[in-house]
Order: sequence, then C-alpha cells, then structure tokens
Amino acid sequence: MALAGTAVRSTVRTRYSRLARREAMWGFLCASPWFFGFFVFTAGPMLASIVLSLTRWDLLSAPRFVGFQNYKTLLSGDTSVWHSLEVTTYYALLAVPLHTAFGLFLAILLNQKIRFQRFVRTVYYLPSVVSGVAVALLWQWIFSPDFGLLNTLLSYVGIKGPAWLADGRTVIPAFVIMSLWGVGASMIIYLAGLQGIPTELYEAAQMDGASTLRQFWTVTVPMLSPVIFFNVIMGIIGALQIFTQAYVMTAGGPHDASLFFMLYLYQNAFEYFKMGYASALAWILFFYIMALTLLVIRSSAVWVYYEGRTRGR
Amino acid sequence: MASQAQTWQASSPGRKVPFWQSRRAAGTTRLTFTYLALGIGGIFVSIPFLWMLSTSLKNEGSVFLYPPQWIPQPLQPQNYAQALTVLPFALFFRNTLITTLTPLVGALFSCSIVAYSFARLRWPGRDIWFLVVLSTLMLPDQVTMIPKFILFRNLDWINTFYPLIVPPFFAVGAFNVFLLRQFFMTISTETDDAAKIDGAGVLTIYWRILLPLSKPALAAVAVFIFKAHWDDFLGPLIYLHSQGMFTLALGLRAFQGEYGTDWNLLMAASLVVMLPVLLLFFFLQRYFIQGIVFTGVKG
Repeated sequence: MALAGTAVRSTVRTRYSRLARREAMWGFLCASPWFFGFFVFTAGPMLASIVLSLTRWDLLSAPRFVGFQNYKTLLSGDTSVWHSLEVTTYYALLAVPLHTAFGLFLAILLNQKIRFQRFVRTVYYLPSVVSGVAVALLWQWIFSPDFGLLNTLLSYVGIKGPAWLADGRTVIPAFVIMSLWGVGASMIIYLAGLQGIPTELYEAAQMDGASTLRQFWTVTVPMLSPVIFFNVIMGIIGALQIFTQAYVMTAGGPHDASLFFMLYLYQNAFEYFKMGYASALAWILFFYIMALTLLVIRSSAVWVYYEGRTRGR
Repeated sequence: MASQAQTWQASSPGRKVPFWQSRRAAGTTRLTFTYLALGIGGIFVSIPFLWMLSTSLKNEGSVFLYPPQWIPQPLQPQNYAQALTVLPFALFFRNTLITTLTPLVGALFSCSIVAYSFARLRWPGRDIWFLVVLSTLMLPDQVTMIPKFILFRNLDWINTFYPLIVPPFFAVGAFNVFLLRQFFMTISTETDDAAKIDGAGVLTIYWRILLPLSKPALAAVAVFIFKAHWDDFLGPLIYLHSQGMFTLALGLRAFQGEYGTDWNLLMAASLVVMLPVLLLFFFLQRYFIQGIVFTGVKG
C-alpha cells in the first residue's frame, strides 16, 4: 500500500517536473532575443563605456588609458560642461512645470461636457504627433525675426518681438515655447487620469460647500498626483536629452547660449572624435538624470497620494 | 455677462437668489470661460500648421511680405514638385521606409514574444530578469551610444542601414516589452489552459491566442515604433553618411543647408515629411491615444 502510494507520487512529480523543465526551456527560448539584445546592445556597451571613459581615443590611433583624467578635465577644466548643464537645466526648469500646468489646465477644460469634444481634443493633440527635423524647420521659420509668424502676431498687438533664436536671452524660452506646442501629449494623459477620479469625491466636496478652486486643490491634485509624478519624471528625462531641435535650429548658438548637453556630447564624439571624453560626458549626464529623478522620487513622499496607502513618511 | 444674467433672472420670477449668484450662472460662466480659453488656445495650436501650408504655396517674393498674406497670391503648388526634386526625396523616402518598416516588423515580433515569456511562461530567475528589463528603461541611450558606434564600426556597418534595423530584432525597446507584458497579464489564462488540454504548444498559444487578443496593444506599440523611427534623427546622423543613404530627416536637414531661406520650399518638403505620421494618426487615433494613456496612467 505504502509502497504503491510513493510510486504514484514520484511519477506525478517526475511528470510535473518534466513539464516544468519544458516550460522553462521554452521560457528561455522565447526570452532569448532579449537576452542577446541586452548583452550585446545594452550591458556590453555599458561596460565598454565605463572603460572608454578612462581612455583617450580619437578612433585613428590606439586608445590610451588615462585613468580619471577625463573626469578631472570635465569637472574642473572644461567650462563648456558646466555651461551646457546650466543651459539644459534652465530649459528643463522652464519646460517641465509649464508642461504640467498647461497639460493639466487643458485636460480640466476638456473634461467638461462641451460641444465637438472629440474634434477639440484632436486639434490640441495633433501637434504632439509630429516631431523631428520637419517640426524644427517649421519653428525656425515661425521664430524668424522679421517675417516669422510669432513676431507678426506680436506686431498685431503692437509689440516688437525679439530675435528669438538669434538672441542669447530668448533662445531657451523659444525652445520652451516650441515644446509647449506639443503639450497635447501630457494633456491626453491627464485627461485619462481625470476620468478615473470617482465623481463621489466631487459630490462630497460640493456638499461641504467647497469652491471649484478648492475642489481642484483638495480632490483633483491629490487624486491625480501619481500621474503628475510619472509625467514629471518622464518630462525631466526627456528635457535633459533634447538634441535634434538644437542641432537643426541653432547648432548651439548664439554664442553657445543653446549648447544643450547632448549637443556638446555629440560634438565631442562625432565632430572632435574624442570618444573617451564623450563617454565620460555620457556618464555625467546619466548621473545627473539619476540625481534629479531621485530628487523628485524623494519629494514624492510629500506630494504624491496613493489610494490605499496611509499618508506619512 | 451681468446684464444678460439680469434679464434671465427677470424672466424667471419667484427666485430668491439673484441669477448671477445661482449655481446655473456659475455653470454658464464656467462654460463661457471654457469655450473662450479652448477657442483661443485652439487657434494658437493650429495656426503653425496653417502658416506652414500657406508658406509652402507662396512664391519667393510673397514669403517676405509684411503684413503676410494668409492666402497666397499667386498660388504656387509647383513648389512641392520643385522641393521634392532638387534633392532625391523619392530615394530618401525609400530609405526611410526601409529604416522604419524593418524595425517595425522586427520589434513587434521580438518584443511580443519576449513579453509573452515574461508574462506567461515560468522559468527560473524570470522575475529578477524582468526587473533588469525595467531598469534598462531608466538607462538613457547616450551611455551606450558611443560603444555601439564603435561596435558597428568594427563590423563595417557604418553607412549601412544595419545599425538602425538590426537591434530592433532583439527586443531592445524595453518600453515596448513592458507595455506588451502588462497587456498580456490582463488576458485571462483560461483560454491558454483550454488550448493546452487540446495539445497546443507554447508557440501555438502565442500565435493563435495571445496575439489575436492583443491587437489594440500591438497597434499602439506599432504606432510608437513607426513614429520613433520615422522621426529619428540622431541615429541616421551618426550612421548614414553618403547622400544616397539619407533618410527623410537627414534629407530635410541637407535641404535646409542648401536652400536655407527658401522657406516656401522648405515648408513644402517639411509638410510632406510630416504627412505620413499625421495620416497614421488619423487612421489609428484610438490606438495612439490608448497607448499613450496606458503608459501614462497605468505605467
């Protein structure tokens, strides 16, 4: 009896484990494209990048190991590094809050029962669909000082517009204005977030006599804060990597006023062929992005509200 | 506003609260404000497109007129023919199709099967490796950009399409893997189990059950991939050097270099380059927005 029982159990187990082994084999097999891609196009290059950042290499002669020389240079000797970090940060500090504010504002407006809702949403969303060189060229023309659209519109209300891309003081705000044209992308996300807020919360707030503005701060913002949080992080990461617009529209000018970090990195790698130095720059950008992201995540304990989680630190 | 409110109030007698303090008045003011704000904003966001179209149809003289003509006199549609023939835009278009559609196919297959493995199959270490997938999401491309350039240079792949079209076959878009995996997780496993009892293998379940049920997610991912590769500039800039290999993005840039202030021609060419993405958006609007929302709200 007992013997027969063990025999049955052991056959069950071997069959099960054979099935499990088969499944594991298929699992690895199906995931294998990712494994290959990860080691060849991500992990390998990452390690190589660390090593490269410790060398001096112009692609022509053999790479020369220089230790931390590149990092020393970029932290102390190369003022362009700090300047480009400053320019990029300035851009992000303007663009990210404005995107959040405008995106949220538009989403709230569009969340009401209005006529032609779908059409209006499409109108606002459309500009965020297009990107790249074509958009850069369009905005370069819009910012043209004498015959561009923006200064023409300003002249209608009696304002003489600045030279935008040709003026060091207005070039970064110009890039911000251009990016705000694509605010529809954040608007759509906030809109979906708004639709997920239970209406009972607003009804309760109205019963308590809360004004529209108060409802916004006490219901909408807390309930939407996880979505805002996600978008702020993605916005920061995106803003710090801005490249194409600057390359096409200003090439970093005037007088390096729009020398974004990625542009400077590109110049070092593919114009001056300083592969080692450019790799070190890439790591600096990586750590800078990480630091800012961590800062936002840290701050999120104070302002992001997750349902089902008690508040507190 | 106030006078209008008063007349309304006069025509509805028996109210205690003056109309402008009533709830309906608040609703009307709010709606008026909404329409006004959306109307003005709508003009601002759509005007660049109209300006672009208008400029693209002008002759050289009327581009630089003040005040500008919104409806060009004379209309010059032949700008389009001229803009697209001074440089071989047909060739650029063909190249862009190659560098867009090949990665599209490759990424759809590889990302979906990898996502299937992470969502449905059990294998040792799976969840830890999935964390690795997620962590590569945070890694900005520029860290790997230079070593990859050197790798492809050693393979003699510079000035070929390979650096742009081969990696997508290996599920390098962690974001797409993540999105598809999340979607697969929402599909119930009952159908899988039924199919398993009928003797369906792992690949049959993937191909016959999971993929057909995931069309919306696949469409969203496809739209993202298409847009990313169509608009990509840095990749082609690094890898494609001779004009015969240029994509539309590089072609536009070269065109700008040669015809710097011929804004009518530049706008015509830019509009044509934007058009496929705009058309794609119109036809796949639902998936486009679903994908964005899915990543933004649930991601």
